Amino acid sequence: MEALVDTSQIVKFAKLDDLLALSRANSLWPLTFGLACCAIEMMAAGGPRFDISRFGAEVFRPSPRQADVMIVAGTVNKKIAPAVRTLYDQMLEPKWVIAMGNCAISGGPFVFPGQYAVVEGVDQLFPVDVYIPGCPPRPEALIEGILALEQKLTGKRRWPVVKPPQ
Amino acid sequence: MIASNDIPSRTNPQETFVLNLGPQHPATHGVLRIKMTMNGEYVIRAEPVIGYIHRMHEKMGENRTWAQFLPNTGRIDYLSALHYNHAFVGAVERAAQIEVPRRAEYIRVITSELNRISSHLVWWSAFLLDLGGLTPLLYAFDDREKILDLLEGVTGSRLTYCYFRFGGLCNDIDDEFIQGTRTFIAQMRPRLKMYRELVTDNIILRKRLEGIGPISAEMCRKYGATGPVIRGSGVAYDVRKSEPYSVYPEFAFEIPVFPESDSMARYLVRMEEMAQSLRIIEQALGKLPPGPVMGKVPRVLKLPPGDYCYAVEAARGRFLVRTVSDHKEFPYRVKLRTPSFSNLSLYEEACKGMMLPDALALLGSLDLVIPDIDR
Repeated sequence: MEALVDTSQIVKFAKLDDLLALSRANSLWPLTFGLACCAIEMMAAGGPRFDISRFGAEVFRPSPRQADVMIVAGTVNKKIAPAVRTLYDQMLEPKWVIAMGNCAISGGPFVFPGQYAVVEGVDQLFPVDVYIPGCPPRPEALIEGILALEQKLTGKRRWPVVKPPQ
Repeated sequence: MIASNDIPSRTNPQETFVLNLGPQHPATHGVLRIKMTMNGEYVIRAEPVIGYIHRMHEKMGENRTWAQFLPNTGRIDYLSALHYNHAFVGAVERAAQIEVPRRAEYIRVITSELNRISSHLVWWSAFLLDLGGLTPLLYAFDDREKILDLLEGVTGSRLTYCYFRFGGLCNDIDDEFIQGTRTFIAQMRPRLKMYRELVTDNIILRKRLEGIGPISAEMCRKYGATGPVIRGSGVAYDVRKSEPYSVYPEFAFEIPVFPESDSMARYLVRMEEMAQSLRIIEQALGKLPPGPVMGKVPRVLKLPPGDYCYAVEAARGRFLVRTVSDHKEFPYRVKLRTPSFSNLSLYEEACKGMMLPDALALLGSLDLVIPDIDR
């Protein structure tokens, strides 16, 4: 007697880890935490043209306890650094960090001999998964960063790489 | 709003509590922190704590040449970067007595006013987000992207522009920009009408803002508040009219003033300003003079010793650059008088005795940019 339905089309077998990684990669919830200029580009990425919700990352959460990924968008100085660190500690595992913009990567344009305020790179506070250069990075760059993080989670890239026009 | 004598007068520490707002809080638009002493839902005292995004702009001014400081000006108030460019460039031009071609001044006005509209659109969406409306953000950012496309075409960047140079501009505008701006003006006017029907005339918004957060003209003067805050208190103070700079005297435009002094008045000032900016852009495009966009500038800029000021009307109020030169390649001092700092300083007095949600509506109506406060 032959099967009525070909179950291999409906049921997929996978490791639980892979399934979890796939679901996490599809719904990365960022923490609403704008520091400076990059935060405006982060808002623009959530806006209608760039629409980050196409990649499941539009659910900005004001509470760190509900967020998966922290987008450090802007300059971290010595006064805010303990607060940023606390926010990172408050996030539940598994958690990821995207350093958006030159300031979060290295202090950016605000580093000069004798500077007294800026933390030169947010990776001095906690580990960073994805770095997005730019001052500020374009919303496309932020989306690319989210996709790079997805690739880190699932091990493969689900969206085609856009090649720059020749 | 309750009358001040109805506020529960219990101020003893056993019956009040301290509510910490920020530095990470969606309603503070960045990293402002406000320590609020509360009695139930009423604010007894609100103490802003600033400095969480201090970026040493003034110190950096003393460490680099005049031209090297120019990109910094686009990052103080990143929402109205071109006005800040204009003030610094203007101060240096005034000091070195550099002649700016008329075409360059016209283009400065056009791009600055486009920047003002994009800045007000961000304020509008963020303010309504604070009040609980998500949809306006989607409309405002749609319009804003059109402005950013235009400005990106001539300046090369989307947000932190560094377009003006000492003596002119780095790029001339092309026909594409002029056509695009005309199209944008034609599209934006019906959109402003739609915003009015969709949001401004909405009874929920009216109830939420009318009579909330009164700031008297006297209080504005006391704290040095400028921009839409003082114009929402019935004082027609605008740097473009009171200390005319660039080619603003050649255009006909009005300064919107609303005497109600509440959050709604400040809201209406900004909405009306967008329409006035469109008017200025239209006139400037109509009589755009031909010619070069860059004047004669010495290769190594050394300003004569002295103290030079230049004020502009930025999107948030009066921005003034004061530079002191001692005839070296580096400035001796760069002092930045930023509007958000003064506009925030009245907050402690203005929100005394208000309900917490009203205090947040007042905070939103001040349109603060935190790096502009901390510099």
